[in-house]
Amino acid sequence: MTTATGPNPGNPVTLAAPRLYRAVRGRMLGGVAVSLADYLAVPRWFVRAAFFVLMFAGGMGVLLYGAFWIVLPTSPQEKENPRRAAVEYVVALCAGAIVLLVNARTLPLGWWFVPSVFALFGGLLLWRQATETERERWRRLSRASLMGGTFDRTGALRLVAGITLVLAGGAFVLARAGISAVGVVLAAMLVTLAGIALITGPWWFKLVAELSSERRERIRVEERADIAAHLHDSVLQTLALIQRNANSPREVSRLARSQERELRTKLYGAGVTNGQFGAALRAAAAEVEDTYAITIEVVIVGDGAIDTRLDAVLAATREAMVNAGKHAGVTTVSVYAEISDDEVSVFVRDRGAGFDPSLIEPDRQGVRGSIIGRLERHRGTATIKSTPDQGTEVALRMEL
Amino acid sequence: MSTPETPAVRPRVVLVDDHAMFRAGVRAEIGDAVDIVGEAATVAEAIATIRHTKPSVVLLDVHLPDGGGPAVVGAVLPELSETRFLALSVSDAGEDVIAVIRSGARGYVTKTISGADLTDAIRRVADGDVVFSPRLAGFVLDAFRDSDAGPSPSVDPELDQLTPREQEVLRLLARGYSYREIGAELFISIKTVETHASNVLRKLQLSSRHQLTRWAADRRLV
Repeated sequence: MTTATGPNPGNPVTLAAPRLYRAVRGRMLGGVAVSLADYLAVPRWFVRAAFFVLMFAGGMGVLLYGAFWIVLPTSPQEKENPRRAAVEYVVALCAGAIVLLVNARTLPLGWWFVPSVFALFGGLLLWRQATETERERWRRLSRASLMGGTFDRTGALRLVAGITLVLAGGAFVLARAGISAVGVVLAAMLVTLAGIALITGPWWFKLVAELSSERRERIRVEERADIAAHLHDSVLQTLALIQRNANSPREVSRLARSQERELRTKLYGAGVTNGQFGAALRAAAAEVEDTYAITIEVVIVGDGAIDTRLDAVLAATREAMVNAGKHAGVTTVSVYAEISDDEVSVFVRDRGAGFDPSLIEPDRQGVRGSIIGRLERHRGTATIKSTPDQGTEVALRMEL
Repeated sequence: MSTPETPAVRPRVVLVDDHAMFRAGVRAEIGDAVDIVGEAATVAEAIATIRHTKPSVVLLDVHLPDGGGPAVVGAVLPELSETRFLALSVSDAGEDVIAVIRSGARGYVTKTISGADLTDAIRRVADGDVVFSPRLAGFVLDAFRDSDAGPSPSVDPELDQLTPREQEVLRLLARGYSYREIGAELFISIKTVETHASNVLRKLQLSSRHQLTRWAADRRLV
């Protein structure tokens, strides 16, 4: 999923990037300038000139050259005479040491030059000692900090500026550590931090961006998996059931209806009853729909939190819906509930078989006890209006 | 709900819905009773088809990929005053329904409506009536419920209130009563019931009552 989003630790493809080796072919001295020039894709004379110019900055050029010479391995493909290599090392080390000593004693800049050289050598040693994977990661990071892997002018400038600042800052700290010039130390730290920020800023930025885009992607993937799982568990199962029950229209419509309701709940997230009358009424209607394979059209105006009295209305409504489903012989039932601050009224209506209310037998617990009696116990009224073959309407009223 | 009338006045209907399967289903259900003169799946297609065929009724899905039902009504209604719109939706979200009615649709029914009821609703809309499903009646009652917020500074305060009679009619509509049954219940003629219903629709369309928009936006009925 994240193939196009830059460095990917552990991905072997990125390891194939060009390595920095000390060149054997085409070199004038140790091959440092040649390999650096090739690596950075700048003209060789440019690198050589840079080393030359740096030589006058307190012999920095010589030192750097020596350091690179020591630290850079030669390419495994280009074998070097081992004895010559040993001699070169010694020469380079001596040259470095001489320059170092000369500078330390004579140059007015000696006080910062020496520590910065130590820092440089420390860094190079670290590089030398690091395992191949670690180096690869560092290289990748620094490449990334140079504008996403491609070496361009602004990236190089930033890198140079950053390195200079870090070195200068480090020198300050080392040189003044003993002196109680806290302000200077702080300034030096700031300079160092600015340098580090300049060098690694783009990389951090990229890292954070990648992390958040990866997280977004992961959430998307999880959501997709979630939806797929849900579709499989419910919709596909229901479709299979519908095919099996194709010759029973009532069962098909019951299945379709309950699936529709489930999907709606999933999509619009209104499944929780959370103690509100409206939601509880819808849930009860859904249950009756499922049980008796009918469609209940529920319209609710207003809403309120359920207490014991509203609970009684709810139970009576449920009983009325069950009666309609059981006895009316219809496919559709209308339920209308209106809840205001001082009254609740519910109407359950069907256009079904109907009956003569005066003929309700005393043992018909459903209507007497569950609807009329229940409402009356809670200071409400229940009226049942029914005409044979025209339908039935149960009206429940309660003052709050 | 039965169909014993003269075939001479078959309404000419355009179906607008982005689901081809749903259009095919509606066509199969009501194709015998009305003339389906065109179909469209997008707002642009719908506008072109309606301009071209000049139907008497447009069955309009509230949700369309590029703008929705209100965009179609808004574009066509000013030039084709004879064309009526009947909104048809599966969403049941209050704000969608209110939006399409306020843009000028003459009624709203849910997609689960039976073929016979749909045919009946189309005829009534074609005859100039308004069609309130119980659900729409519930929306309107809810939207116009008196709250302490009170009406906004309104051009015409009368538009922001329902009369007690209109409320009665709406409550019966919400309870699933037909116009005829409402007339019988309230001892008024069907014509009077129709007048009340169309007045309510007009108020819904013209009211500047500020709760209406806020209510519709807050509300998500499933």
